[in-house]
Amino acid sequence: MFLQKKNKMLKRGMILFCILALLALFVPLLSPWSCTDMNADIRNMSPNLQHFFGTDKFGRDLFVRTFYGARISLLVGILSALINGIFGICYGGFSGYSGKVVDILLMRVADIISSIPSLLYVILFTLVFGANEMSIILGLCISGWIETARIVRGEVIRLKNREFCIAAGLFGKGKLYIFFQHILPNAAGPVMINLTFLVPQAIFTEAFLSFMGVGISPPKASLGSLIQFSRSQMQTYPYQMIFPTLILVLFIVSMNLIGEGLKNMEKVREEE
Amino acid sequence: MIQYMIKRIVIGVLSLFVLVGITFFLTRAIPGSPFESSNVSGEVLEMMENEYGLNDPVIVQYGTYLLHVIQGDFGYSYENPSQSVTSIIAEFLPVTIMTGGLALLLAIVTGVSFGIWMVVSKQKIIQRALFSGTILGTGIPNFVLALVLIFVFGVKFHWLPVAGGSEWESYILPVCSLAIYPASVICRMTAHLYKEEMKKEYVVLAKAKGMQWERIVWKHVLRHIWLPLFNYLGSAAAFLLTGSFAIESIFTIPGLGSQFVHAISNRDYTLIMGLTIFMGTVVISIQVLVDLLGAWIDPKIRRSYEGQ
Repeated sequence: MFLQKKNKMLKRGMILFCILALLALFVPLLSPWSCTDMNADIRNMSPNLQHFFGTDKFGRDLFVRTFYGARISLLVGILSALINGIFGICYGGFSGYSGKVVDILLMRVADIISSIPSLLYVILFTLVFGANEMSIILGLCISGWIETARIVRGEVIRLKNREFCIAAGLFGKGKLYIFFQHILPNAAGPVMINLTFLVPQAIFTEAFLSFMGVGISPPKASLGSLIQFSRSQMQTYPYQMIFPTLILVLFIVSMNLIGEGLKNMEKVREEE
Repeated sequence: MIQYMIKRIVIGVLSLFVLVGITFFLTRAIPGSPFESSNVSGEVLEMMENEYGLNDPVIVQYGTYLLHVIQGDFGYSYENPSQSVTSIIAEFLPVTIMTGGLALLLAIVTGVSFGIWMVVSKQKIIQRALFSGTILGTGIPNFVLALVLIFVFGVKFHWLPVAGGSEWESYILPVCSLAIYPASVICRMTAHLYKEEMKKEYVVLAKAKGMQWERIVWKHVLRHIWLPLFNYLGSAAAFLLTGSFAIESIFTIPGLGSQFVHAISNRDYTLIMGLTIFMGTVVISIQVLVDLLGAWIDPKIRRSYEGQ
């Protein structure tokens, strides 16, 4: 019963996330409406059969714009988690394999970077490199890899002198091969969990920056800037705010559910 | 212990240097000169740049800036040159501390009590509702929550004021929207710890000798919850400070967060640099303090550190 309940969380998160991701991919592709074209005839329309989420004050279809924004969220979230994961694995692996001084030095560097709140970097990055997806991803990659690196390093140190690794070494396998073939799979669970939680953080950061006006710049749509844009008309056209908000929250919640589900799976696996 | 303290403080200080370095070099990398917009000829421009040391090597400029920062001098705001950044910080900090402190207090009180309630409650519905609440609470971004609260309580029902005033009612919504995330985290943490502690032998013994449940929780179990909670304070502080950016500007509260957002939209670089460094410093110092106090309270942590 315990296991089943936990898997339900993972399942729900996965289903929700897949639906959202598919919508984000296909709605802007297949819809007859464009994301940036303005049309004065259809301003501030309420949700109807042609415009599922209504239109904004410039006559742009909000259904398309919302999912276009979701696409950017998806891109930022997944790309930054991937880069952080790859870099963290390399950094942690290298740190764990290299001996005492280098290892301590590298981990201290990680400690130093990780203690600065990452949102501050990301804001500076968007100011310096321009308000676009790439500078947000770059900013997120400054400190996002540290937890992964710590996990991988711990696993390398724990396992590198165990029999199976030494045996593989005696068979003439290189360190890289042993690392990827024998050590990394042991760290896969915690690393995956950690990376899953990076995605909602990244989505939040992107939306937050766009909301403050330093993230994705108009006329491109982002969930954050859509919410900011609809704020002035909250009283008269509340649906303009409700839909982007809902999609943003569902995105973050779905990833959190997946993360929690994975965490519980890992816990159950460890207990067994 | 002393070894651990020195290590932790050195790391903290180095983080501060890195923070100042990153902030300085990134701001320097922004294209354009601060005097570009002012209507002066090339010669005067050069003179002004010399005057402000903008033609020195970057390292020298960095050294000068660092020296000033250590003395607590962040320069003057571009936007409003009559005000030094330090005086802006001094003026707006108290409000931010107050809202952040209230939010933290609210988060701890509700988080711990709901966390225990979630485990103790026999009703499935309450357990489910609280658990879904924490999932939603960690999932909903604070600025979205603030807007939703404004929409429901301010616009629809007109129960609470939506913009900053001096009366206490106007702080209810901002404090709530700041507190939800840490409250959810604390709630789940408490529930987990409480479940683990209640299984332990000393609780069984206490129950067996007829101790009341309230006394067991207050006297024994909660003591094991305070320490992890205390360790969470470091990241909570970071969250509350960065959360104040959005919350304060949405509710137009005159605090550091809204000043920061204002500075960003005006591209007021000295103020951005000053506030970034100041907030980073606050977060780093709180983390160092929490770690040191945590090690002082709990010898397990420092022994594990020393044994490494």
